Amino acid sequence: MSNPKISVKNLYKIFGNNISEAQKLLDAGHSKDEVFAKTGHVVGVNKVSFDVMPGEIYVLMGLSGSGKSTLIRLINRLVEPSSGSINIDGMDVATLPQPELVKWRRKRVAMVFQSFALMPHRNVLDNAAFGLEMAGTPRKAREDRAMEVLSQVGLQTYAAKYPSQLSGGMQQRVGLARALAVDPDILLMDEAFSALDPLKRVEMQGLMLELQREQQRTVLFVSHDLEEALRIGTRIAIMEGGNLVQEGTAHQIITQPANAYVRKFFEGVDTSRYLTAADLLDPGLNGHSYNGGPRLPWSTTLPEAMKIVLGMNQPVGVFDAADQCLGCISARSLLVKMSQEARHV
Amino acid sequence: MSDLLTQVTEASRNMLPLGKWVNAGVRHLLDHGAKVFDSVGVVVESFAKSIEHGLLAIPFWLVILVATVVGIRRLGWGFGTFVALALILIVVTGFWPQTIVTLALTLSATIISLVFGIPLGIWCARNNHVNACVRPVLDFMQTMPAFVYLIPAAMLFGLGRVPGTIATVIFAMPPVVRLTSLGIRQVSSEQVEAGNAFGCTSTQLLFKVQLPIAMPTIMAGVNQTIMMALSMVIIASMVGAGGLGNDVLASIQRLDVGLGFESGLAVVLLAIILDRLTESFGVARKARET
Repeated sequence: MSNPKISVKNLYKIFGNNISEAQKLLDAGHSKDEVFAKTGHVVGVNKVSFDVMPGEIYVLMGLSGSGKSTLIRLINRLVEPSSGSINIDGMDVATLPQPELVKWRRKRVAMVFQSFALMPHRNVLDNAAFGLEMAGTPRKAREDRAMEVLSQVGLQTYAAKYPSQLSGGMQQRVGLARALAVDPDILLMDEAFSALDPLKRVEMQGLMLELQREQQRTVLFVSHDLEEALRIGTRIAIMEGGNLVQEGTAHQIITQPANAYVRKFFEGVDTSRYLTAADLLDPGLNGHSYNGGPRLPWSTTLPEAMKIVLGMNQPVGVFDAADQCLGCISARSLLVKMSQEARHV
Repeated sequence: MSDLLTQVTEASRNMLPLGKWVNAGVRHLLDHGAKVFDSVGVVVESFAKSIEHGLLAIPFWLVILVATVVGIRRLGWGFGTFVALALILIVVTGFWPQTIVTLALTLSATIISLVFGIPLGIWCARNNHVNACVRPVLDFMQTMPAFVYLIPAAMLFGLGRVPGTIATVIFAMPPVVRLTSLGIRQVSSEQVEAGNAFGCTSTQLLFKVQLPIAMPTIMAGVNQTIMMALSMVIIASMVGAGGLGNDVLASIQRLDVGLGFESGLAVVLLAIILDRLTESFGVARKARET
């Protein structure tokens, strides 16, 4: 396994004047609300540590006020960390001096915002070229690059328009193009698609995944929408009251939610399609019950497994990557599992 | 009872001789700051004079032509026609030279106001302490009756263009300071974050993000400043600033209603032309951006 691209260790953000006092209370196990009641300090992020691997889409999920937007802003220091380290490419961004920070922001990291945050006085081309212009790239070179990324997001014919002349979805494509133009290793996306209508949101998620297949970037994506997190996230981290309460793949979080807060996110979401054959085993049957009938790899999704299992009147074997039989699925175990998952819907 | 009241008012009349202190202050400035005021006066005089002579050197038909063309391009044929007719009316009533002098005074006062006002507005937007200090001063400058500035201005700078221009600058500067500050403060926090996230230095943030986004609001301030300057340069004729104000003043002294109407009409027409044209620059941007 390669080294993490972003490694965050013991990161705190406390808003107020006497940070050390608030930090002591936090470390003594007091909650965000208790610290506020005692010191008047608002806890944004409480001792958060996590690693993001190169090429991963790491989704930070949480309700509003859970600290996810603060956390993403700590990564590129739009918000100054109170303490802790943010290790990226062997340097600690948290202590980077201002001139280096500006240089780093120009080259290595870009951000996409919830309200798009385009510049109304610049046309689409100049908006896309904004980061390059700040870095001093000559006009011709930055406009060529901006046209290139605009065509990646399907907006090359709109280059001369102004943001106000575009729909929300198109404006966010410009926001994405502006971020891609600087060819960053790290892409920070703060609720990037939350302001869009559901159809546009799915379309943008598709575009995002497509771009990610072509050019592997490390993406930190903030969202409050579980379906979005499940669709695009390589791994998902769930935040509550400034704490990171659980981290894992979509499958891990659905099958082993850490607490009631995490479980609450699934309400109203059809999670069954994230189950795999390994989750559907009949507890009454073990590996020895397999009698040479059809076999499924463990990662087969529920809809796929359904097609095969329901057509059989004998148990279907499930095999792991090492070709070991994990157990069997019967039509009965499949229905039991589906009815359990349906509670969430 | 009424005796008591009289006694109280008599006794309290001179309890706080604020006016005397102000007089003493101005006299102190006259005695000790003469050099400073003289040099400021020379600078303002040469600036205002060169603008006035420059404008007077242009033949009237060329001014009318240029103003009409600009009017047509910014606001269409209807307004262009209005500009042409209004300026011809001023020529045929014989108020052209005075109108140009008034325009020149308005322009020089406006330029000085903007040179000081816009940076001050930027500073106010970036620093809450400065903002807290500047706001009451702006209130004072704007609401103190305009005539009141003329007396100390005339005492410190003598009669003529200079006290008129300086009194006008004091009266006309507040709107552009306020609206520059407001415009910059209204730039959304995500737009400022976007600027920072893409590696703006603080200078780049100001010139590439904050000022351009605030520009429609700043232009509204510039428009207000021009209008206030125009109204003040008329009053400033009382200290010998010249222009249309002289005719307005003469009409009052001679009770000449006709002269008052003619010169007043020239002021109104000039005001409408300046207002619509400067407004069009702010509005056109806004229409494109929202």
